Amino acid sequence: MKTAWRDVGVGLLVPAALVLVWHVVTYQGWVNAQALPSPEAVARKWVEYLLPLQPYDGNGSWLVWAFSGELIHDAIGSMYRVLLGFAIGAGLALPLGLAMGASAHAYRLFNVLVQIVRPVPPIAYIPLSMLWFGLGNPPAIFLISLGAFFPVLINTIAGVRQVDGIYLRAARNLGASGPTMFLRVILPAAVPSILAGVRIGIGTAFIVVIVAEMVAVNNGLGFRISEAREYFWSDKIIAGMITIGLLGLAIDVAMDRLNNHLLRWHRGLES
Amino acid sequence: MSAAHIEVKGVSKVFGTSVVALQDINLDIPRGQFVCLLGPSGCGKSTLLNAIAGFSPPTSGSIIADGKAVADPGPERGMVFQEYALFPWMTVADNVAFGLEIKGMPKADIAATVDRLLKTLSLQDFRHRFPKDLSGGMRQRVAIARVLALDSPIMLMDEPFGALDALTRRDLQDELLRIWNEQKKTIIFVTHSIEEAIYLADRIVVMTYRPGTVKRDILVDLPRLRDPSAPEFNALKRELGQMVMEEQQRHHNDELRAAAVD
Repeated sequence: MKTAWRDVGVGLLVPAALVLVWHVVTYQGWVNAQALPSPEAVARKWVEYLLPLQPYDGNGSWLVWAFSGELIHDAIGSMYRVLLGFAIGAGLALPLGLAMGASAHAYRLFNVLVQIVRPVPPIAYIPLSMLWFGLGNPPAIFLISLGAFFPVLINTIAGVRQVDGIYLRAARNLGASGPTMFLRVILPAAVPSILAGVRIGIGTAFIVVIVAEMVAVNNGLGFRISEAREYFWSDKIIAGMITIGLLGLAIDVAMDRLNNHLLRWHRGLES
Repeated sequence: MSAAHIEVKGVSKVFGTSVVALQDINLDIPRGQFVCLLGPSGCGKSTLLNAIAGFSPPTSGSIIADGKAVADPGPERGMVFQEYALFPWMTVADNVAFGLEIKGMPKADIAATVDRLLKTLSLQDFRHRFPKDLSGGMRQRVAIARVLALDSPIMLMDEPFGALDALTRRDLQDELLRIWNEQKKTIIFVTHSIEEAIYLADRIVVMTYRPGTVKRDILVDLPRLRDPSAPEFNALKRELGQMVMEEQQRHHNDELRAAAVD
């Protein structure tokens, strides 16, 4: 535990140095404050952005008031879209990937379509998504699902197809076939690859949510930083970007935990 | 019931168009016999074992085990692989239990059988470990327990101790002999170690390098446990060593020829 905290401390050295340089550069007036506000200004803005707009008036729940800040609303809005979009995208990709991985027939049937559609970046669907779904959550969630869909699909297919033949032979020797073979052998053997896809998928979903909010939604972190640009609020832009970074980090840590738990049997993972 | 527990009749196996891995193999293996298939790599001994296991049917000829023609792999011919082939996502106990679950054995019986087998193979302290946390020797113990759980009369072993160090290997050989002695299974054991074959087998089938045929089929009638330093042991070792080296030399020449063509 001690070493863990020490590692965190060491890891914070470089960011701290960067903030120091940033401070010096802005304090000395070497750059236009409009283009790059001081770290203190950004921190102030971040707190202001985090806290509720009005003082507590005694009406209603204190908790509701405490969470009424703009940043919290934006962060919850963005996370909601990421999670819902990811759930839809991954929820569709997983069964299709398992089918395409396990059945040569399904693979032949869908592979050409997948290979043609896959290289189109989700961002390229923005115009179409707005034509189809208008503004607000529907186009954003459509784009995010799309972003999450392909990484999960491709990794699930690969995971199932690349199950080591020795496991299949051993399982057949023990009498396994049909659903038992699939659920107890093929699926667990594919889990490392599927989880790698989930990780890429949620990362993509997080990128897409920011872009989608910039063009199609009027709240969320992506919307907020793009709105701030219109008013030249560079401190708010950076405060928003820092929040995006922290949320991304939180997702990554959560994924890491999930990985370590689900793959506790896997070689090379010690926790 | 016929005398032979496993009958291999006129089995040939051709890979592609020209590689004759097995050519007209005939073997009658009586119930309870411990047979070693011995030969250099490329002699088709693993191919023959895989055919008996049902993984890869012969090109021609037939294999009859326990009175039934072999068509598919199945738990009545349990196999122990050189690379252990344990399921890494299952604990030791779950690996051993898997075959029994497939059979549909009641839960309480599975637990009792797993307990007994883990004890037999000195694995009881490892039951909740995953395979990645075990040494090679321990993994192969689990693989043996997994096959013993099937309670099949036939046990097929494909160089099971090939990747183990000498001491662990001897340890597991003795363990295997003890189990075989108690359960009198018919065992077909593939190895390229002459000493291992003499140490274990009732009968040694020496195979030729491509095409794989039976070069010699001898009974080993030395009393067990055998002493590898005894003169009879060494006399047999010398005799078998010459045969295997002849085949190894053919293998080597073949490789040189192939290299010269490239």
